[in-house]
Amino acid sequence: MASNTDFLLAVENLTVSFDGFKAVDDLSFYVDENEIRVIIGPNGAGKTTVLDLICGRTRATGGSIRFHNREITALKEHEIVRAGIGRKFQNPSIYEDLTVFENLEISYPRGRTVLGSLAFKRDAEVRDRVQQVAETIFLAPQLATRAEYLSHGQKQWLEIGMLLIQDPELLMLDEPVAGMSVAERKKTAELLHQIIRDRSVIVIEHDMKFVEDIAHKVTVLHQGKILSEGPMAQVKADPKVIEVYLGH
Amino acid sequence: MTGTAFLNRKDLIGLLLLGLLIVVVLPLAFDIFRLNLIGKYLTYAFVALGLVLCWGDAGILSLGQGVFFGLGGYCMAMFLKLEASSPEATKIQSTPGIPDFMDWNQITALPLFWRPFHSLTFTLVAIIAVPVLVTFIIGLAMFKRRVGGVYFAIITQAIAAILTILIVGQQGFTGGINGITDLRTLKGWDIRTDHAKYVLYFINASLLLGSIVLCQYVRHTKLGRILVAMREREDRVRFSGYDVANFKIFVFCFAAALAAVGGAMFTLQVGFMSPSFVGIVPSVELVIYCAVGGRLSLLGAVYGTLLVNAAKTMFSEDFPQLWLFAMGALFIGVVLAFPDGLAGIYQSYVEPHVERLLALLPGRSGPGMAAAAPASRPE
Repeated sequence: MASNTDFLLAVENLTVSFDGFKAVDDLSFYVDENEIRVIIGPNGAGKTTVLDLICGRTRATGGSIRFHNREITALKEHEIVRAGIGRKFQNPSIYEDLTVFENLEISYPRGRTVLGSLAFKRDAEVRDRVQQVAETIFLAPQLATRAEYLSHGQKQWLEIGMLLIQDPELLMLDEPVAGMSVAERKKTAELLHQIIRDRSVIVIEHDMKFVEDIAHKVTVLHQGKILSEGPMAQVKADPKVIEVYLGH
Repeated sequence: MTGTAFLNRKDLIGLLLLGLLIVVVLPLAFDIFRLNLIGKYLTYAFVALGLVLCWGDAGILSLGQGVFFGLGGYCMAMFLKLEASSPEATKIQSTPGIPDFMDWNQITALPLFWRPFHSLTFTLVAIIAVPVLVTFIIGLAMFKRRVGGVYFAIITQAIAAILTILIVGQQGFTGGINGITDLRTLKGWDIRTDHAKYVLYFINASLLLGSIVLCQYVRHTKLGRILVAMREREDRVRFSGYDVANFKIFVFCFAAALAAVGGAMFTLQVGFMSPSFVGIVPSVELVIYCAVGGRLSLLGAVYGTLLVNAAKTMFSEDFPQLWLFAMGALFIGVVLAFPDGLAGIYQSYVEPHVERLLALLPGRSGPGMAAAAPASRPE
C-alpha cells in the first residue's frame, strides 16, 4: 500500500495500541532531507511514543515507517541506528561510570560487533573525532572526568555529543532543553543550530520560543492524532491548537 | 587513559604480589596436604574471575556457574576414568574395560558420548567447548528475548538444579551421586603422588595468573567498557548501534569457559568430580566468593575466594553445623556494609596510604590511571 517517496522519513498510517488504548492513531507525516521538524502537543499526546516507534523501542500495531524508502518497522533497534537514525532520550542517558572520553568513544560508529570491539584500537582518528565533538559540546576540558560528575546540562550535551559522533542522517531529540538553566538553554540552542546542519532533525519540545527559533515545520499531536501541521506561524494561528495546547 | 598497555604499574604490582603469594609463599609455608587444599580453592577462583566480568562488569548475575565448573570437571574426569578403566585394571568386572560404576549399573558397553573421551586432545577441547556451547544456547535463548536480572538468575539456578538431577538420575552414565571417582593417571602419569600434586598446583597457579591477565586484557578493550555501559544503560548501548544480546552471550560464554578450566583443574588436583560441585548450593557459594572479594576487582575475587575457603576450612573443622550460618551472615554483612567487598575496603582505606608510599619512590611515571579518582572537580 505504501507509495514510493522522495522523503527521508515517511510515516504512514502508524498505529500503536496498548491494551486497546491507541497511543498513536493512524498517524501519517513526512520528513524531508535537511528538515527540522518539531513535534509539540499536550502531555500524553503520544509525542515520545512516536519517537519510540521510529527508533524501534516500541513495535507498531499497524502502518509503516520508511527511511530512505526502506521499511524499518521490523528492524531491531541497533539495525535502525546503523541505518542512520539517532535518538536522544528525555532524561540524560549516559554512562555515569565511564569518562566523557569513553562515553563518546563507545558511540563512535566503528567496532560495533563483539569481535570488532575486542579488536578496536583507540587510534588518532578516534581521538581526533572525540576531541572535535567534545569541543562542539563544550566538554573538551572534561574529557577525563567521570560522567557522573557532570552537571545536568552537561549530561544533556554529552548525550547530544554521543549522537553527533554517530553522524546520523536523522536525529531525534526528546526535550533537549528540559530542566536546563537559562544560560545552559541558550548555549544548547546555539549547539543545536550548529549540529542540525546537513541532517534532518525531529525535536520534541515544549519551550515555544525555542520551537519558533528552530522549526521549519511544526506538527501538533493531540490524543495520538495530528491536530495541525505546517509552519509555526500557521500552527500558532490555528484555533484548534490554541484550544487544546497553546491556550493553556 | 594510558596508551596501549593494559596492565598499568598498579595492576602489575598487584599481579606480582599475588603471584608471589601463590607461587612462592604458600608452597613454602604449607605441606602438600594443605597446599593441595589451597590448589582446590584456587580452582574456584577461576569461576570468581568469570563472575567479575559477567556479574561485576556486565551486571549479569548467574547463579549457575557451578554447572560450567562441573561440565569442565566432568569432561576431565571422563578422560581420567577411561584411562583408569583399562581392560587389565577392570578384569574382575562382568564387562572389563568400562568404568566401574557402569558395570555396577548393568551397562555392558561404553555409551557413545563417552567414546571420544579416550582422546586427550578431544578432552582438552571439550573442557572449553561443551560449557561454551551450553552457555551459548542458554544465552541465545535468554538474551535475544531480553530475559535479564532476577529472571535470568532464577533460570540459571533452575539449570543448576536440572543438571544435578540429571547426573544423579543417570547413574549408569555419570556415576550418579558419588560422581566419577578413583581417578589415577593422566597419560600414564600418576596424579595421586605428592610430586604430581605439586606439579598440578603450579600448573593451576600459572593458569590462574594467565587468566587474570586475559581478563584484564578483555576489560581493557572497548568490549570491556561496553559491558560496563550495558550494566548502566542497556538502552543507550542499543541505541548506539550495538546488539546488546551478543555482548551478553559473549561475556556469559567467557565466564563459563573460565569456570570450566577451574573445574578441570579441580578434577586433576582433587581426584574426583561429583554433582555436589554442580548444584545450586555450590553455585551460590561461588557468587559469595566473588562478592566478598569484590565483584569489580579481579585480584579481589581471587583473595575473596581464598579467604572464604580458608575460613570455611578452619571453621568447619571445629563447628561443621555453624559454617553455613556464618557464610550466610558473611554474605549479608558484605553486601550491606561493603558492596564492593574486600577490594572496596582496600581501595578506600589502604590504597591512599600505598599511593603515598609509592609517590615517595623515585622514577614514578605520571599520575597513573587511578580510575576511581575523578580527574576534575565534581559540579
